[in-house]
Amino acid sequence: MTPMIEVKNLTHTYSTGTPFEHTAVKDISFSVQKGEFLGIIGHTGSGKSTLMQHLNGLLKPEQGDILLNGESIWKDKLSTRAARFRVGLVFQYPEYQLFEETVFKDIAFGPRNMGLKEEEIQKRVLRAAAFVGLPEDSLQKSPFELSGGQKRRVAIAGVIAMEPEVIIFDEPTAGLDPAGCRAILENIEQYRRATGATVLMVSHSMDDVALLADRLLVLNQGSIEMLGAPSEVFRHAERLQQIGLAVPQVTALFLRLKELGLPVDPATYTLADALKQLQTLKGGV
Amino acid sequence: MLKDITLGQYFPGNSPIHRLDARCKLMRVVVYIVALFLCKSYFSYGLALLFLITAIALSRIRLKALFKGMKTLLIIILFTALINMFYTPGTVLAKFWIFTITEEGLRNALFLVLRIVMLVSGTFLLTYTTSPIDLTDGLESLLSPLKKLHFPVHELAMMMSIALRFIPTLIEETDKIISAQKARGADFESGNLFRRAKALIPILIPLFISAFRRAEELATAMECRCYHGGKGRTKMKQLHYHMIDAIAAVITLTVFAGIIVLRSHGL
Ligand SMILES: Nc1ncnc2c1ncn2[C@@H]1O[C@H](COP(=O)(O)OP(=O)(O)OP(=O)(O)O)[C@@H](O)[C@H]1O
Ligand SMILES: [Mg+2]
Repeated sequence: MTPMIEVKNLTHTYSTGTPFEHTAVKDISFSVQKGEFLGIIGHTGSGKSTLMQHLNGLLKPEQGDILLNGESIWKDKLSTRAARFRVGLVFQYPEYQLFEETVFKDIAFGPRNMGLKEEEIQKRVLRAAAFVGLPEDSLQKSPFELSGGQKRRVAIAGVIAMEPEVIIFDEPTAGLDPAGCRAILENIEQYRRATGATVLMVSHSMDDVALLADRLLVLNQGSIEMLGAPSEVFRHAERLQQIGLAVPQVTALFLRLKELGLPVDPATYTLADALKQLQTLKGGV
Repeated sequence: MLKDITLGQYFPGNSPIHRLDARCKLMRVVVYIVALFLCKSYFSYGLALLFLITAIALSRIRLKALFKGMKTLLIIILFTALINMFYTPGTVLAKFWIFTITEEGLRNALFLVLRIVMLVSGTFLLTYTTSPIDLTDGLESLLSPLKKLHFPVHELAMMMSIALRFIPTLIEETDKIISAQKARGADFESGNLFRRAKALIPILIPLFISAFRRAEELATAMECRCYHGGKGRTKMKQLHYHMIDAIAAVITLTVFAGIIVLRSHGL
């Protein structure tokens, strides 16, 4: 099967030719299958956002290529523009990009740029707003009257309303309270289930990605450090800590239990799995 | 990308030029500019050029970076040079249609290009090797005699340093907002002038909002630290002259004197 996204030997350097020259992404290759949920983790400055901005053609690869459904997004101008709409990208702190008079108009900005009919725009805006849990009466408010968490939902709805096949979230929960985080993560999961979209999520929180992702991509200084199922990745807890990352809290606990000599799996990362193991342990004693 | 604008940018380093006191550098640039306007012959330009090249070599700034910043000025430089070349009366070298090229015209054009390029490189060298904070500190200290005349020197310097501090931040922010709106399909490159101007709204509004937010946050932070303007304010980082500044001053003044002597001999 052709993968949904294929990244081939991607390299990107910022400020070439100045003393600030910096290679943010170095020779990265990987692919994502249709409908997959890929979590991307890495320390600050490891090149996560840079990598994500290549996937919808915002940044042009210096070397390498991005294939969408087997076709390069840089084949011609049309496919680059199409990639903008097929791959939705929710930026870090997206609430700072709101600009319209009303929430409704702001969410409609993307669909309108796609050249959709007025009815279709209306339908999509309402659907997207419902997805992120915005009450209908808030649609006529100014986006600047809303709270930070609500603004973020508006911004996410603005990308969801374009109904992209692939949707990328760059640290969607940064700076939100725990309840707000949970709500946004639930929205993302719901969206995926309802539409079958491919989802990529950049996160600093291991607990978040561990719960949702099918596979994890670990970046370190612009290169791929690990790529695999969460249970595989978390098996290398020591290496993760070396490159400035943590493991989920459950994993940290089970690592400690293992150290203390209990027969548990140190790569446990879900609460359900943890509970099961603890119960067998208790039953065995 | 917007980020590649290098005008007024600072390239951190530890060269002898970087280590010079900011006041010394500011005065040096002023003397250098005055000297440039006194130059009249190949000899004096040569002397000034030697001075500039030595300074650039000592600063270890890459020539490429220096010229990159000058690219935008290229058209103006070429235009003035051409006008000078064609409209200076004197010994005719060549003539076609309404244009005449004179020997004096060529000389004038060459000197003009040299003067602008050297002037710009000199001031670029200053901003490339001096951090904005040092620069405004130096300026404040140099202008402090004006305080006696109730001229708000400190406030001006503070405004300048805040502006300099926020230029890169705002550029970065603009870059980010442009990318984000592009990700939602905004198109800034096609359509007529009116449509293009309208396409700027999604960039300008978030940019203004964030600039105001930043200004407010900064004001609050300054007030929390009891900032109350220049009166009675002391400095943690004092400016000090060192041996190297004395050497630089001697060299600069020698070059300046040399140019004046050359000029008085009609060279
Ligand atoms: N526009 C730019 N110009 C120059 N350098 C940049 C630019 N954007 C990012 N960089 C540099 O590239 C590197 C990678 O940046 P990137 O934003 O991709 O990191 P990140 O993994 O997303 O970090 P974070 O977790 O902090 O968001 C950093 O060292 C950064 O300084
Ligand atoms: Mg980032």
